[in-house]
Amino acid sequence: MRFVLALMAALLFGGPVFAVQPDEVLKDPALEKRAREISAGLRCLVCQNQSIDDSDAQLAKDLRLLVRERLVAGDTNQQVEHFLVQRYGEFVLLKPTFGTHTLLLWLTPALVLILGGIGAYAAMRRRPRPAAALDAEEQRALEDLLKRDQGA
Amino acid sequence: MLVEAGHFALALALGLSLIQFVVPLWGARANDPVLMAVAPTSALAVLACIAFSFLALTFAYVNSDFSVLNVVQNSHSAKPLIYKISGVWGNHEGSMLLWVLILALFGGVVALARNSIPMRLQANTLAVQASITIAFLLFILTTSNPFTRVIPALPEGQDLNPLLQDPGLAIHPPLLYIGYVGFSISFAFACAALIDGRIDAVWARIVRPWTLGAWAFLTLGIAMGSYWAYYELGWGGWWFWDPVENASLMPWLAGTALMHSTVVMEKRDALKVWTILLAILTFSLSLLGTFLVRSGVLTSVHSFAVDPERGTFILGILILFIGGSLALFAWRAPMLKQGGLFAPVSREGALVLNNLFLATACATVFIGTLYPLALEVLTGEKISVGAPFFNFTFLPLIVPLLLLLPLGQTLAWKRGNFLGTAQRLYAVFGIALLATLAMLAFQHGGPVAAPLGIGLGIYLVLGSINEIVTRSWSRGAPLPVAWRKARGLPRSAWGTSIAHAGVGLTVIGIAATAWGVEAIGSLRPGERLGAGDYEVRLEQVTPRIEANYREDVAVLTVLGAGRELGTIETMKRLYVTRGMPTTEAGILTTGLGQVYASIGEVQADGSIGMRLYHKPLVLLIWIGSLVMAAGGTLSLTDRRLRIGAPARAKVAPPVAVPAE
Repeated sequence: MRFVLALMAALLFGGPVFAVQPDEVLKDPALEKRAREISAGLRCLVCQNQSIDDSDAQLAKDLRLLVRERLVAGDTNQQVEHFLVQRYGEFVLLKPTFGTHTLLLWLTPALVLILGGIGAYAAMRRRPRPAAALDAEEQRALEDLLKRDQGA
Repeated sequence: MLVEAGHFALALALGLSLIQFVVPLWGARANDPVLMAVAPTSALAVLACIAFSFLALTFAYVNSDFSVLNVVQNSHSAKPLIYKISGVWGNHEGSMLLWVLILALFGGVVALARNSIPMRLQANTLAVQASITIAFLLFILTTSNPFTRVIPALPEGQDLNPLLQDPGLAIHPPLLYIGYVGFSISFAFACAALIDGRIDAVWARIVRPWTLGAWAFLTLGIAMGSYWAYYELGWGGWWFWDPVENASLMPWLAGTALMHSTVVMEKRDALKVWTILLAILTFSLSLLGTFLVRSGVLTSVHSFAVDPERGTFILGILILFIGGSLALFAWRAPMLKQGGLFAPVSREGALVLNNLFLATACATVFIGTLYPLALEVLTGEKISVGAPFFNFTFLPLIVPLLLLLPLGQTLAWKRGNFLGTAQRLYAVFGIALLATLAMLAFQHGGPVAAPLGIGLGIYLVLGSINEIVTRSWSRGAPLPVAWRKARGLPRSAWGTSIAHAGVGLTVIGIAATAWGVEAIGSLRPGERLGAGDYEVRLEQVTPRIEANYREDVAVLTVLGAGRELGTIETMKRLYVTRGMPTTEAGILTTGLGQVYASIGEVQADGSIGMRLYHKPLVLLIWIGSLVMAAGGTLSLTDRRLRIGAPARAKVAPPVAVPAE
């Protein structure tokens, strides 16, 4: 039994850290809510595309504490994000900033929609009109045919 | 011995698929029926070989043959039988073998459907299909052989990744692959049509069931993966915009567009060139998905460079097939004749809009997934593109699409009347609006997103019901007549409405997550933690030992409105062989909502951390997906798809008209 308990303790303490711990939660619910919002937009740098809010990694925990520290110190959301970007680079933001290096990323949806829309509209307009008027020569040929028909 | 036979069968399949590639293509050019008839025969032979090979590997897994490297790396003798079997595709080599097995399976079905497909089309299609088989068999045989032996044999295996030891993830890959690979048939048909330079409504009718079937399976596969992530990863999220998820979402979006554009092509002989292009793009995205997941490029651009052999090979396959098919398209597509005129306001016009939005949504996911990789390769700059980006860009594309959906479904073909159509939906729109307003008033300043999204979902569900009702009932008609009429509607009409209602249900489920409540706390036995209207009481924490893992089980009693609703268990597991811990969530379903608890760590004071959620209506996310897939399947059984040649419908018995 003691063996099992020892194992259990090792298991519980040795495992990865759990995403947002009870002891991390701030007393002030409004501040905590902001902390969660900011955390959801920050990447856990050592994970694969996880936010620090979801991650079990130790680094994510450190960042979560850092975010809360800054908030308690009175930073605005932007200031906290700015602080982290200065420290870790833009890589830390899950929503990249708009700039020359992300121009294509941000504009692609709008471009595809607009160009696609124009293309679809143009393709619809470009279709041959089924009933174009006959030119003079065709008209004469038609009349000839009709006349011959009547003559028969 | 069986293992070597399996390896040999795979090599034999490669030789046979070379025959399946060359001979029918030549036969179709020379118009030689004997040569073209080689296609179905060789396709069935390839299927037999690959099936044998797959069974040989499965046999090695079931018998825990630890002289096979692949089995050693991914199995364990103490593992339950189901995970020994699912271990076959729970690794790189085996999953690629499953991929070609499904590819061959589809080829076999096309081969057997010889009565409903014109011979030339079948020969060309199976030849294109064979070229894909060849590429992937070469890939497996040269870089990812699952039959490699270890000498001497080892006494025990290293176990399967514990996250994969789960019923949901046991069947997730087969479902997903049937979806991915199913689109290869649409792709092969598209290339065959381009090679032959002929495409018409018959082509569309032949291709549509394949697209529908692949789409239904992909829908199930994605839903299953999402539900797995929800209960297994322990964060209670259901979609993370992870590149691996995006890899499956892209073919789904393109496939959804394809499914709709083939309808236009079949019914109205329009959008031909676009449909062909879409068929090519859909399968290209399936290949891209396979590449992204299998090459390791996602973890980091560098891990790709560390083991470049496989990555480069798949990249080669990717360039060959995408580039080749697009070149074929650029060469032959201008020769295809366009047909079927329609006014912008018409069912066709609505489906063009559907395609536009879906294609843009797909492009958005594409750029968001690949942009960071491209930027890092080109400039060395590292950025992240995650959930906030996708939520911001994806939703504005999907919401208008969903708003237009019931309208488009109601519009007439060829030339529709927008106002008349909108009139038929007044009631639907009114009820959805009232429901939204009621929810807004009732929730006392909760999140606005939930009522709006749920209103949208209600609008979609009612719009689908309305479509069936207005097609079978007119004011004053007795119900039995309406019922008979409704039953007489084509199954594809029912399928469409059901699938669209499924979309509505999923939207409701997603929107309701905004009402979810979360609580984080630490508990000692006897203490309680509350989230919204629900509470849990920690009863005890006990250790438990199973065959291949140990776990600590927290037993919780769920209380709602002072009553005990049941007990749930949430576990922290340690898989001994790999030394890898996992968290198992405890979930209690109440109606369509769930109470979700996830165990944390022991705190300094001896209590244990606990995360508790109440997620109202969350099950609708996946129920909606099941309904979507069911609608697709129902549509698949439509009379005109079951019967190869167009047949005149039986004359309906005269319906008694009541005296005025």
